[in-house]
Amino acid sequence: MIRLLDIQKTYDNGTKALKGISLRIDDGEFVFLVGPSGSGKSTIIKLITGEVKPSGGKLMVNGFNLGDIRPGQVPYMRRTLGVIFQDFRLIEKKTVRENLTFAMRAVGASPREIRKRIPYVLDLVGLSRKEDRYPSQLSGGEQQRVAIARALVNNPQMIIADEPTGNLDPQMSLEIMMLLEKINELGTTMLVVTHERELVDRFSKRVVAIENGRIISDETGGYYNNEETI
Amino acid sequence: MKRRFDIGYYLSEGFHSIFTHGLMSFAAVFMIVACLLIMGSFSLVALNLEKKMGDLEADNQFLAFVDETYTRDQAVALGEQIRAVPNVSSVKFITKEEAKAANDAKYAEEDHGDLFADLPPEVFRDRYAVHMVDISQLQATVDAVEAVEGIDGHQAAVEVSEGLVMVRNVAAGVAAILIVLLLLISLFIIYNTIKLGTFTRREEIAIMKMCGATNGFVRGPFIFEGMILGLFGAVVAFFAQWGVYELIVRAIDTQQTIQLLQAIPFGEIWPRVLGTFAATGFVVGTGGSVLAIRKFLQV
Repeated sequence: MIRLLDIQKTYDNGTKALKGISLRIDDGEFVFLVGPSGSGKSTIIKLITGEVKPSGGKLMVNGFNLGDIRPGQVPYMRRTLGVIFQDFRLIEKKTVRENLTFAMRAVGASPREIRKRIPYVLDLVGLSRKEDRYPSQLSGGEQQRVAIARALVNNPQMIIADEPTGNLDPQMSLEIMMLLEKINELGTTMLVVTHERELVDRFSKRVVAIENGRIISDETGGYYNNEETI
Repeated sequence: MKRRFDIGYYLSEGFHSIFTHGLMSFAAVFMIVACLLIMGSFSLVALNLEKKMGDLEADNQFLAFVDETYTRDQAVALGEQIRAVPNVSSVKFITKEEAKAANDAKYAEEDHGDLFADLPPEVFRDRYAVHMVDISQLQATVDAVEAVEGIDGHQAAVEVSEGLVMVRNVAAGVAAILIVLLLLISLFIIYNTIKLGTFTRREEIAIMKMCGATNGFVRGPFIFEGMILGLFGAVVAFFAQWGVYELIVRAIDTQQTIQLLQAIPFGEIWPRVLGTFAATGFVVGTGGSVLAIRKFLQV
């Protein structure tokens, strides 16, 4: 569960990225975060993942108060999250299985836990037969599936996807979004940052729109279809 | 999932990184070996000089002559006062008869040994052989002993002792400066090797941090890498030092002119050399790693 209460963020160079944002995302929700470049979407992601601290307001992520979190607690907060990037960020010299093993070892999983968890996650994303392939031997869609599997493998409460379909063709994008929806239905909260109008409207989920560091719209059932909100 | 200390992971990743940057790792080990070898050589020279000075100090003495007007009992009574002088470890009273006998014995084997045979003992004076704790305080000790009433004159090689002390101090000073300099160079090289490794793996580090890896987990493989490089360099340097030292010892043994110098056998000092090298390699390796990885943990 995420709570942002009157969150402000001003960077060291004086840029006011967020100007008092309040947002609540409950467990199990699927939320699209949309807005033009420079609107503050990336800053929200960075705040939630603990990369930057808010300048003002209160921010709670899965029970952690990020306003005054101790540095030693940040890794444990991050274990409640899974992050997916537009450019996949897979380790090229590791196979699919090794990429997932790497993510599990990073949080101290035992070899037994790794052996048990990875086949389940690979099956969920439809890559069971490609566990020994290297990222360069996979299509863009498949690489993003590996990234989704990596985000899922440590069983997070929430997945944050930052433009997950930005590098994919429409068909692949649809498949990835359907996969994210499937994972959400299994109980994982989903926050997806995207520019894909068709996808946002097709899935009829909650859409939070940001512009100039402020939330300008927060409604369910599409955003771009609604002429009044454009 | 609880965090575990996965030493197998740290070791395998550490070794993997060493071979990934083979050339840089080789350069780091080579520099550690070179630095330890130079540092070790100077330290061993200083150690040998220290031992030699210790031997000289053990033999070190000067003669303090008793006033000719003093009776034998008065002369013997001076012993307590000389013994009370600071830096005096022991005193030995030598009568004029004993001094003559020693003199006769000294020249007896020479061709003109009878030259001093007819000298009466009165030509010599009663004296004290004064042994000291610290040879570097010879002049001050001589002055203090001469200040004792009844002591009239001395015989001491002040210049020789001061020269030996100076050589020892210079050697020890140069060794200390070199040790500090070479340690800093080694640290810098390890730092750069690990920094290169962290730079190459910056994406992996970012992913690890994003997955929730603790700083300790991220740091672990790099610290092990530095530690392995440091310890491996120390072991190689130890064997190289052994070889160099034996070569020098043999060279000294075969030189007639420098047979006064008796080097300490390596068998007596190898545990100290190995321990010092290993500790230095460990500290330099892990220290360099810790410094290099700090920046990359701020993700």
